[in-house]
Amino acid sequence: MSEYIAHDAGGVSVGQVETKSYTFARPPDEMRLESGARLGPVTIAFETYGELNPARTNAVLVLHALTGDAHVAGYHHPDDPKPGWWDLMVGPGKGIDTDRYYVICSNILAGCMGTTGPSSLSPATGRPYGLAFPVVTVADMVEAQKALLDHLGIERLLSVVGGSLGGMQVLEWAVRYPDRVASAIPLASTTRHSALAIAFNEVARQAIMADPKWNRGDYYDGLRPDLGLAVARMIGHITYLSDESMRQKFGRRLQDKADFSYNFDADFQVESYLRYQGSKFVERFDANSFLYITKATDYFDLEAQHGGGSTAQAFSKARARFLVVSFTSDWLYPTYQSRSMVQALKKNGLDVSFCEIQAEWGHDAFLLPSPRLTALLRAFLARVLAEESGG
Amino acid sequence: MRFDLKVIASWIEPGSRVLDLGCGEGDLLYYLKTQKGVTGTGIEMVEEKVQRCIERGLSVLQGDINAEILDYPDQSFDFVVLSQTLQQVYEPARLIQELLRVGRRGIVSFPNFSHLPVRLQLLLTGRAPVTKELPYDWHDTPNIRVITLKDFRQFSRQAGFRILREVAIRSHHRDTAGHLVRFWPTARATYGLFLIGK
Repeated sequence: MSEYIAHDAGGVSVGQVETKSYTFARPPDEMRLESGARLGPVTIAFETYGELNPARTNAVLVLHALTGDAHVAGYHHPDDPKPGWWDLMVGPGKGIDTDRYYVICSNILAGCMGTTGPSSLSPATGRPYGLAFPVVTVADMVEAQKALLDHLGIERLLSVVGGSLGGMQVLEWAVRYPDRVASAIPLASTTRHSALAIAFNEVARQAIMADPKWNRGDYYDGLRPDLGLAVARMIGHITYLSDESMRQKFGRRLQDKADFSYNFDADFQVESYLRYQGSKFVERFDANSFLYITKATDYFDLEAQHGGGSTAQAFSKARARFLVVSFTSDWLYPTYQSRSMVQALKKNGLDVSFCEIQAEWGHDAFLLPSPRLTALLRAFLARVLAEESGG
Repeated sequence: MRFDLKVIASWIEPGSRVLDLGCGEGDLLYYLKTQKGVTGTGIEMVEEKVQRCIERGLSVLQGDINAEILDYPDQSFDFVVLSQTLQQVYEPARLIQELLRVGRRGIVSFPNFSHLPVRLQLLLTGRAPVTKELPYDWHDTPNIRVITLKDFRQFSRQAGFRILREVAIRSHHRDTAGHLVRFWPTARATYGLFLIGK
């Protein structure tokens, strides 16, 4: 997702921010995971923006996608080349207005941006967990976030908002802690990972595991499986774009040459782009985290976990108001998946709004500048705050 | 707000649950929410209008009314509104049946095709009428059928629903003002409004 991060043209920003951390589940009170395994201690990296109001009714939890982190907006250092990953949406006067809301974002469990994950040191061995790290689920990620909110003293969230895997966490929040979320905004997301999405994840994981440097996850002392991780990222990138966006962005244009090279160098711009994205990604991401997080998304099935196979049943405990948004060219989590989510919400008599935004840029559209998405989030949050404050 | 919507709003009891099929930019729902404490939901096909509704603090679903209405449990609403949309519906009988499944009452309005100027246009010019209420050429219209007050009454008997209340109106000033038509409504009314039930 980092390729989209851009400075706000108006220069508006939350300014300089810092990542904080909170550690809990210290042995012997480890966190019990959905799989039954125990994990502890757990450290959560998080950032906050804006001020919590005295009534504590204006907290918005932002949930990041596969490769995101706690750094949503602003800059860590004045000379940072780029702001946080959703700076165009989160900041003063923006869609999620930090002048009005207290915004929280934490790095997900199994991540590699400050939260405990496979690259963290295992208390048992004093070495990185590697594959000894237990497999976690979206529900486990939400449990870790709940521990953080308890620590911050936030009883009820005005909203939970996120795209893609972030949207799955939004849904998990809404059914797991119905009394703690006033509203939920899943963007470009799904109630259950489809065979298509699992298939791409599996090919990406195989690319990592086929790299000899992966060494069954034990590579932290030596060379890392950069090639495998780069290929995994290239596969991911294809699924985040669309036929239309690739046609427009690259077409069949050649990269810095007038004719074919007649060898296996990157001839086409699209090849060069994917190689570049792959090589950039390995600088900031851990291959084992990629394996664990993609597995968590593959396991995600709200219907099976909360509804006995029925989407409508899965939402029977939910109380939040929903704003569901999909994008026309998203083929990873296509609109029909958002529609079936909306259908289930309607069957439960829940307050739901749904908008399918016309967008050419595929799944990643939720991260790109969209006056429409900004307008929707701004208005929806304002309405929920008014209803929560005044009834 | 359009005059027909003002009349419709006057029929809706405060605090009731309302579904507005083809809600446009949410004029009716916004009025009902702010003036009558109504809990409302709209269904609208056009993305821009959906955004406008959400910006006004309304709940709205982007989609086709014929499909979206199917998901609601029986009797989810006190009133289901279908204003100036019936003339665009492919299967009116099926939609009205659904409307009265999910709602206790339905409110249906449509442009009256037996309005005198419509009749005269056809009679005198021999061409398909184009009026203020139905401002489209035959080849460029979203309206796939034309309906008169009498037609709708007959349709209620065929399709098996009851007309509980009927008002004919004549609107003017871009439809924002108007009055009720009591004398010879079938020829003098621009729109018919019907409160229906099972």
